[in-house]
Amino acid sequence: MRAFARAVWIVTRKDLLIESRTREILFTTVFFALACVLVFAFGFVKEGRPMEDVAAGILWIAIAFSGTLALGRAFERERQGETLRALLIAPIDRAALYLGKLLGILMLLGAVEILIVPLVALMFQAALFDHALVMLGLLAAGTLGFAAVGTLFAAMLVRARSRDVMLPVLLYPITVPVIIGGVRGTAALLAPTADVAMARLWLSMLLFFDVVFLTLALWTFEPVMTE
Amino acid sequence: MLNRLFVPITVVAAAMFAYAPIMILNAPYEATMGLVQKIFYFHAACGMAMFLAAFVSGIGSALFLFTKKPSADRMAVAGAELTVIIGLIVLVTGPLWARKAWGVWWQWDARLTSTLVMWMIFNAYLLLRRYGGPGSEKLAAAVALFGMANVPFVYWSVNVWRTLHPKTSVIPSLQPGMRGPFWFCVLAFLLVTTVILMLRTELEKRRQQLDELYLMAEE
Repeated sequence: MRAFARAVWIVTRKDLLIESRTREILFTTVFFALACVLVFAFGFVKEGRPMEDVAAGILWIAIAFSGTLALGRAFERERQGETLRALLIAPIDRAALYLGKLLGILMLLGAVEILIVPLVALMFQAALFDHALVMLGLLAAGTLGFAAVGTLFAAMLVRARSRDVMLPVLLYPITVPVIIGGVRGTAALLAPTADVAMARLWLSMLLFFDVVFLTLALWTFEPVMTE
Repeated sequence: MLNRLFVPITVVAAAMFAYAPIMILNAPYEATMGLVQKIFYFHAACGMAMFLAAFVSGIGSALFLFTKKPSADRMAVAGAELTVIIGLIVLVTGPLWARKAWGVWWQWDARLTSTLVMWMIFNAYLLLRRYGGPGSEKLAAAVALFGMANVPFVYWSVNVWRTLHPKTSVIPSLQPGMRGPFWFCVLAFLLVTTVILMLRTELEKRRQQLDELYLMAEE
């Protein structure tokens, strides 16, 4: 078990080390998320006032879009360096490889969210910090669900053609529950009288989704990545 | 080699499919919707046929992923193509009925939304197989497996999201005169789907054999 955790951490540390040298994915993803929020603002702010309920949607769509971008880039790097094969023949569990990659993606998305959440709160006058704990839970569970499916798909698409467009085409329909749960949970917290019970209900659905899809991903990563 | 059951099933399916319009014609008119209600016989039957095809594809994909049997993959691709085609019929006939029954073309209710999402997942499956390059069958199998696991989540989520959904428990409330034609249509569509599934699986098998022969000829 300790060897397994160590292997996970080594894979994550490798990604973090490469990323810390150039900060390419972090900077581009954060800026992309910013651009997303800005574009949505033009669509949904009328006469200086945001439309009702819109902040939750913008936040989660920005997370989903920038998450897709980050996932694609993270594995594009392995492809360009032709290092995926090296990773796959490394004497570690395939599950450890998957979890290591997932952890790296989660850290990256966490960094993006640290910037995006206050920005949305500020620009759309959304009280995202009033129920900080539930909100944090929604963000964590939603991001985990999205990244769990996304990491598996991005990894398996590395060898496929037209992978750039295939990733969102595959990922969005399957993460529909994450988007609904995240948006509705956040919207419940942002309503004039915050509906915490509703947000908790969505949070528990997201956690259930995480458990099911993380298990499925760990289970299918091995056969999918074997040539 | 087609299954021995193929010919009898085809004959029965063809006969039932041909007779279905007559049964629908003779069924009583619904009081408020009139003629439009008759779409329902094909719409709901197609919906069930779509789920059969999707189920076959999901099971085939899971088997292929873990046993690597080519026959499971053939089943999966046949099911996925049928899901997309029958799904299109469901998604077109649904709004036609909904316009008359609910006054709107589309409702974001659980059944509609999860059907749409499932249809999109199987479209993604076919896109991946078509444009993903060599080895994409296995990747597509993972997509189908995830898609299957996803349906209950979508259903539940949309149900909570849109609680104003009019309960579409239509089938138990059918008039006695409509019940017969309805189940007749369901059976006809399920049989037709089975026939097409068998044919498509066989076609895929021959296509694979042809590919192998080409490769051998080149060597």
